[in-house]
Amino acid sequence: MIINHPLLGPRDAAEFVYLGDASLMDRPDGMTASDEEMHDYMYLRDNPAGEHRELWYHEQGDRSWLVVTRNTLTHEITMVELARDVARSRGRSK
Amino acid sequence: MSQSNRLTGGLIDRSVSVNFSFNGKNMQGFQGDTLASALLANGQRLVGRSFKYHRPRGIFSAGSEEPNALVQLRKGAAQEPNTRATMAELFDGLEATSQNHRGSLERDFMALTDLFAPFLSAGFYYKTFMWPKAFWERVYEPIIRSSAGLGRLSMQPDPDVYDHGYMHCDLLIIGAGPAGLAAALAAGRSGAQVVVADEDFLPGGRLNAETYAVEDMAGADWAAQAWAELQAMDNVRCMTRTTVYGAYDHGIYGALERRTDHLAASEGRPRQVLWRVYSRRAVLSAGATERSIAFPMNDRPGVMLAGAVRTYVNRYGVAPGKRVAVFTNNDDGLRTAADLKAQGVEVTGIIDARKGESLATTWGRKGLTAVGTASGRSIEADCLAVSGGWSPNVHLTCHQRGRPDWREDIAAFVPGADLPPGMSVAGAANGAMTLAAALKEGHAAACAALGDLGLSPAAGDAPKAEDETFDIKAFWHAPGKGRAWVDLQNDVTAKDVKLARTEGYRSVELLKRYTTLGMATDQGKTSNMLGLAVLAEASGKSIPDTGTTIFRPPYSPVAMGAFAGRARGKDFRPNRLTPSHKWAEEQSATFVTTGNWLRAQWFAQAGEKGWRDSVDREVVQTRRSVGICDVTTLGKIDIQGRDAAEFLNRIYSNAFLKLPVGKVRYGLMLREDGICYDDGTTARFSENHFVMTTTTANAVLVFRRMEFARQCLWPDLDVHLISTTDAWAQFAVAGPNARALLGKVVDDLDLSNEGFPFMACAECTVCGGTPGRLFRISFSGELAFEVAVPARYGDAMIRALMQAGEEFGAIPYGTEALGVMRIEKGHAAGNELNGQTTAANLGLGMMVSKKKDSIGSKLSEREEMNRDDGLRLVGLHPVDRNDMLNAGAHFVELDDHHPDMFSDQGYMTSVAWSPELSHSIGLGFVKRGKDRIGDIVRAYDPVRGKDTKVEIVSAHHIDPEGVRQRG
Repeated sequence: MIINHPLLGPRDAAEFVYLGDASLMDRPDGMTASDEEMHDYMYLRDNPAGEHRELWYHEQGDRSWLVVTRNTLTHEITMVELARDVARSRGRSK
Repeated sequence: MSQSNRLTGGLIDRSVSVNFSFNGKNMQGFQGDTLASALLANGQRLVGRSFKYHRPRGIFSAGSEEPNALVQLRKGAAQEPNTRATMAELFDGLEATSQNHRGSLERDFMALTDLFAPFLSAGFYYKTFMWPKAFWERVYEPIIRSSAGLGRLSMQPDPDVYDHGYMHCDLLIIGAGPAGLAAALAAGRSGAQVVVADEDFLPGGRLNAETYAVEDMAGADWAAQAWAELQAMDNVRCMTRTTVYGAYDHGIYGALERRTDHLAASEGRPRQVLWRVYSRRAVLSAGATERSIAFPMNDRPGVMLAGAVRTYVNRYGVAPGKRVAVFTNNDDGLRTAADLKAQGVEVTGIIDARKGESLATTWGRKGLTAVGTASGRSIEADCLAVSGGWSPNVHLTCHQRGRPDWREDIAAFVPGADLPPGMSVAGAANGAMTLAAALKEGHAAACAALGDLGLSPAAGDAPKAEDETFDIKAFWHAPGKGRAWVDLQNDVTAKDVKLARTEGYRSVELLKRYTTLGMATDQGKTSNMLGLAVLAEASGKSIPDTGTTIFRPPYSPVAMGAFAGRARGKDFRPNRLTPSHKWAEEQSATFVTTGNWLRAQWFAQAGEKGWRDSVDREVVQTRRSVGICDVTTLGKIDIQGRDAAEFLNRIYSNAFLKLPVGKVRYGLMLREDGICYDDGTTARFSENHFVMTTTTANAVLVFRRMEFARQCLWPDLDVHLISTTDAWAQFAVAGPNARALLGKVVDDLDLSNEGFPFMACAECTVCGGTPGRLFRISFSGELAFEVAVPARYGDAMIRALMQAGEEFGAIPYGTEALGVMRIEKGHAAGNELNGQTTAANLGLGMMVSKKKDSIGSKLSEREEMNRDDGLRLVGLHPVDRNDMLNAGAHFVELDDHHPDMFSDQGYMTSVAWSPELSHSIGLGFVKRGKDRIGDIVRAYDPVRGKDTKVEIVSAHHIDPEGVRQRG
C-alpha cells in the first residue's frame, strides 16, 4: 500500500506502523469520565466492512501520526490527514 | 541418440553446441534451447513420474504452465528440485535428473501404487487413515511422509544470494508478446517511463512459436526488432526472465527476475532479484494458456498441448514425435498439422471434436504408440497434439478480489470488470485470441493509460497483421473406459471430480481442496478449467453457474530465498552495537542479543570454568569495590517544552510536576487498561528540559506511544520529543568506590553525598572538557552513578573509566551480573512487568496518583485490580539452602495435595544465585504476599519435576533500607 503523507507525499506502507481505529484519539478525561465511558473508549471499536478511519504512525519517517481513511474491502485510501489537525478539529487541545 | 528429433530452422543458435546430462546420460543441444526442447530433440520422452500414482510422464507444455516435466537441476548445495524443464534454459554442463521415483525412472518401484488406484480415489487420505488410532503416528504418518513430496532438497544452506529491488514507472507492461510489445512501443515512443517484463528469455510470446507475420515480416523477426527498439530507449526498462507474480495494493506489483539461473554458476552475483514495482498504470498482456481435453489415458508421455508442439517445431526446430496425431476442438489443431507438415513431420491423423470425433483410449506405457478413436479406429502416433482451447491468463486480475467473466464464444473466462485499480488487460489475456486483435488492443491499452496519466501518446497506429481464424466449439470430456486425467501434476481424474461431487463437494472451492485439483506447484494452469467443466457437466449446470476458483499470488512459484533477500543469517535483522562493543570484544566478552542490540553478557577471565564463575566474580567485585556496565541500550528520550512537566505528569502514573531541577525520579507507566507498561527514570535538567530513560525492550514502543499522546491526545501541549538512545553512550559505575573512581573522571563537580545526593543529576564535563551528564541512580543497590557522554566518545569513555578504576580493581560487568544484582536488590524488570501485573501487584500501588489523570490511572482503579488478596511482589529463599529455585514454578501451600489453578498461590518470576547470600534466591508474586513474610510454601514445578520448600521474604534481599545507595 502507499500512503499519501500530507507533508511528505506518497510513501510505502512499510514505513508506517498501524495502530487502529481513529476513535482512540477520543480519550475521555480520566478525572471526569465515568467507568463506562473509559471502558468503552478502551475496549469497544467498530469493525466496518468499508470505510475506516484509522491511525498510522510514520515511524520510519517524520514520526507524524496520521488519520488514514481506508476502505477495508478494497484498501483504497481516500484521505490522509495529520492526526494533530484531526485532534484539534475534534476539540482536543491541551 | 544424437538429436534425432532435431529439424531445421528455429530460433536457436546452431553454432553453439551445449553439452548437458539427464539422469547421467550425456546429451547435446544448442544455445537457445530449454532443457525440455533439448530432451525432445534427443528423443527423451519419459522425463518424470507423477505425484500420486507414479505414472510415467513426459513433457506436456512449453512454458511456465508445465505440470509434468519437473526435474532436479544441479548438484550439491545448489541442487534445486521441482524445476520445470520447460523454463530451464540449457547451459553447458547442466546436470538434470528426474525425480519422484524409487529405482530408475524407467523402473520405478513406486509405480505399484498405480495398481491400487481404485482404492486411492479422491479424499482417500480422509477415508483410509481413520483407524486404528494407534496407527496415526506410528504407521500412517511415516508412510505418507516418505512418499510425499517430489524432488529432494540438498539439506545444505542455499549457496546463492538474492536481492530485493524497487522500481517506479508510469506504465508496467506484463508480458512481451504481441499485445505487450505493441503497448510498450506505443508507451515507449511517447516518452513515458515504462517497464516491460516477460518471463521468457526470448521476448515475443507466441510470435516465436507461430508462423505469423507482422508488418510484412516474420513475427519472430518483428518481435526482435521491436525489442531492440525498446532497449534503445532510455525511458524503457526491458526485462526478460522476469515473472510478474502478484498484483498488490495501489499499483504495486511483485516481480521475480532470474539473473543467473541460465548460467552454470552465479559466481557471487545475485541469483534472483525480487522486484517491487510501483506503477501508475499497468497493462496485463500475459497471453493465454492452452488446456487439454479429458479423455481416457490422456497422460502418456507424448501427449502434449498442440500449442507446445508448434513451439517446439517452430521455435526450437524440434519434432516432439516422428508420427504426430492431433486432437482438437478448434482451429489450432489444423494449424499444428500444417506447421508439422511444413517441417516434414508426418501427421498420422486429425481428430476434430467439432466434427463429432473423439478419442477413446491411448496405448504405450512409457511412451505413446497409438491412439484409439471413439469410432474404433486406431491411429499410430508417438506424439498426440491436444488442444482444448485457450484460457486467458487472468490470474493477476484476480489478485484484488476480481472475478472473471465467462465468454461462450471462446469458451473461456476473461477478466471481469473489477480489475485492480490502474490495470487494463490486452490481447489474449483479455480474450482477444487473434494476432491483429492483440496488437490493436495492446496499442490501445497503452494509449488509454497514457491518456489517464495526462501524457500524450506518440502518433502512429498499432502494428499491422492479419487475423488468423479462431473457431472453437467447447469440448471438455470424452467419455470412455479408463482414467481421464484432469490435473496431471496432482493425478486428479474426471472420475475423482465426479466422485467428490457425489460426496457433497459441490462448491468448486471445496472440490479443489478435497481432490487437490489445481493445488500443485503449477496451480492448475492447464487443469483448473477442465476440472470446472467436468464438475459443471456432472452437476448439469453451466460453467459460469458452477463458478471459478480465485487466483492468488504468486502466479508461478517464487523461491523462499528470493523473499528473504539479504535478510538471512547474521543479516536477518540489523545488529545494534553498544559504544563499548569493540572494547568488550577485546576483553573477550560473551554477547547476548537483546532486541537488535548485542550486549556484553559477562566477561570471562582466565581460569573461570563457566559463566557462573564470571558472573559471581563480577557481582562480588562490584559490591566490594566498583564495577562498570554499558547501559547505553536503555531508551533515552529528550523531552523539552513549556508543558514538558505537565506532559510527563500525564504519561507517568506518579507525580512529576514538582520534580526539582537537578533531580531524577523513578517513573511508572501504565497501559490505558491499568496494567504496568514500562518503568525508568526521568531527570530534570532545567525547567523545560527532561531526559527520560525507558527499558531496552520498550524504547521504541514508549517513544511511539508518547508521540501518540503528544499529537493525538493533547495536540496543543508545548512539548517536543527526540529519541536520543543512539546519541549518548551511558555507563553505570556502581560500588563503594564508584565516587572515588568518578572523582578522577568528572571535571569540577562536587560528588560528595551533600553536593550530589542520591537521585541527583547534572550536566557536566568529563576527562577535561568532554560534555557529559551525570546521574546518581542505582539499579544494583550500591552507591552508583550513571555517566553519559556523546556516543562518539563512548569507546574512549569506557577506556578512561577502566583506567581510572585500575587502582580500585574496577571490573566490567555484563547483563547477567546486572540481573543478579537487581534481583538481590528486589527491583522489578521485564519478568515482573510482564503485561499481566498492576502497580499494586508490584507493591507500587501507592505510586499511582489519584489526584491527576494519567494514562491508565482511571482503569487501574478497577475493583479486581485492587483486591487485598491479590498478588504481591515478594522475595523467596529456599528452606534448604542447597536447593536451586526455578522461575515459572507456582506456589502452593505445604498441605496442598492436589495443586491446581484454584489453589494456586502465585508464581516465581526471576531467580538467581546470590553471591552475597551464598544461595539461590527468587522474586515472585504471592497472594497477600506482604502479609505472608516468613511463611513457608512450596515452589511447585511439575514441568521440571521439582517441588521445593521456600520461605517468603522481603523482595529486597539485600540492604532493604537502601543505606548503600544513599551512602
